[in-house]
Amino acid sequence: MRVLSPRRVALTLAALTGLLLATGLVGTVAGPSALSVPDVISALIGDDGGPASDIVLRVRLPRVLLAALVGASLAVAGVLFQALLRNPLADPFVLGVSGGAAVGGIAALSLGSALGWGYAAVPPAAFAGAVVTTVVLYAVASQDGRVSGTHLLLTGVVFNAFASATIVFLASLAGLTEGASIFLWLIGSLSAARADVAGWVALFLVAGLATALPAARNLNLLALGEESARQLGVDVGRQQRLLLVATSLMVGAAVAVAGLVGFVGLIIPHLLRLALGPDHRLLLPASALGGAAFLVACDTAARTLLGGRELPVGALTALAGGPLFLFLLRRQHRRVFAP
Amino acid sequence: MSSPALAFDGVGIGLGGSPVLRDVSLELAPGEIVGLAGSNGAGKTTLFRVASRVLRPDRGEVRLAGQPIATLSRRELARRLAVVPQDVAVAFPFRAGEVVLMGRSPHLSGLGFESERDVGIAQDALAALGIAHLAERSMLALSGGERQLVLVARALAQDPRVLLLDEPTSHLDLRHRTRVLERVRDFVARDGRSALVVSHDLTLSARTVDRIALLEGGTLRACGPPAEVLTADNLRVVFGVEAEILHAPDGHPLVIPRSLSPSA
Repeated sequence: MRVLSPRRVALTLAALTGLLLATGLVGTVAGPSALSVPDVISALIGDDGGPASDIVLRVRLPRVLLAALVGASLAVAGVLFQALLRNPLADPFVLGVSGGAAVGGIAALSLGSALGWGYAAVPPAAFAGAVVTTVVLYAVASQDGRVSGTHLLLTGVVFNAFASATIVFLASLAGLTEGASIFLWLIGSLSAARADVAGWVALFLVAGLATALPAARNLNLLALGEESARQLGVDVGRQQRLLLVATSLMVGAAVAVAGLVGFVGLIIPHLLRLALGPDHRLLLPASALGGAAFLVACDTAARTLLGGRELPVGALTALAGGPLFLFLLRRQHRRVFAP
Repeated sequence: MSSPALAFDGVGIGLGGSPVLRDVSLELAPGEIVGLAGSNGAGKTTLFRVASRVLRPDRGEVRLAGQPIATLSRRELARRLAVVPQDVAVAFPFRAGEVVLMGRSPHLSGLGFESERDVGIAQDALAALGIAHLAERSMLALSGGERQLVLVARALAQDPRVLLLDEPTSHLDLRHRTRVLERVRDFVARDGRSALVVSHDLTLSARTVDRIALLEGGTLRACGPPAEVLTADNLRVVFGVEAEILHAPDGHPLVIPRSLSPSA
């Protein structure tokens, strides 16, 4: 019988770490001003103050790091939503949780500019927005403790539209509509990402992972239903509340940095489940690394595909994720839309 | 006199305003198999949910070897009592072997990777049900009967003192039906374990169990040796069916349903 061993987990995670580092290196080398791998390495070893070092340390590396943090957060949040709702279509963007976080973030930004807060209020506000949305989502989509797939997806669609409207409304009130910054929030981009919030994001991601990883085995048990999980010793309610906080932390952090980058939480868990199987003890950490590598790669492509002009990375992830979502929906049509 | 392995003591519960169980008292002695029968909606599954603390009873309590289950942690309860549900909907393509290993979960700690001993126990459980060949197959690709066998194997791997089986043989052919019931008998033959088995096949149940409990409209109508409980009167009241009770040469009752009762 094939059994998940700690050795297999370690080897897989080592391979994915290698992939992430390689993607990160490419992401640091690629860009409008040509750099070589030795340039990057010498800048990493010691800042010589030259222009190459300056680009690597102050422009490219922070951006690669932020992309990695956002990608990891979104992918892990996707795995957690899918496990909690027992539905592979669940994703923070599709469910509207990212939208709720964005409303929180924009509210803080609008109020903040009036009250003189800095950007630092945005990540906690985005977290609060994510928590409120998830709670509302559960309340609307669940009946007698059962969460209906149809209700869930419909709620997400409606909530996303509502969130977009709220964001534009708040931004208009606060006079934030100048330039393209609101457009970038709505479509998801790292071009205006601020390195000064990287600490927040890292903190939220670490806290989320620290909550989620010990729950990995319980998430496996949940795949057979809440009742079955209870009968195998899981305190389901407590687990759901803890993981609700974990997912909201990660979604809040990701949205505060990059806006509404969609579908990462759908694409990465789906691919990794195909490759590695559904065991969350491997899937959770693998999704963190895989999501990080994926968003670094997407962001590098977004920066370089059109030469001088930059694509919002959210447009790229949505181009890949939209069709995949429809494919998954089609495959699960009967189950998702069963009464 | 040791305490019963499992005791329902005056259990009552209402769901959505209407009573589902009323003052149900039932005891399983160590080493005993009790069959549970009753019409659809009589409260059999609810009784299991109360015993596994998925539902909290409004009145009365459930005790495991004398200890009220409300005082046990969920994990402790799962180490001592296992439930085989009628079926499960599996959300992700877990393999049958992985699902049987999940039965070891209440015995693992922390991050918990299964030890070789756990894997051995799971393999024995698969072999005991004749489904070692399904270990690598995805649960999503199994038939209803195969899933049922996997769930029984999972409960055996859980290594409990008390086993509750909710129609464990409803999707099984005659051979697998017989095998599951033999395994339940093996289970209770080991150091005083007990089992409560819901079954609609009264004839098969009568050959397997020590006593049959008949549940009707949330109350216990009768409980005793199959030959005493399976009477034409009881079947008329509980199922609304006119039945003929024959007796096999070895004395076991055979239930032959003839027609619906006129009033039903």
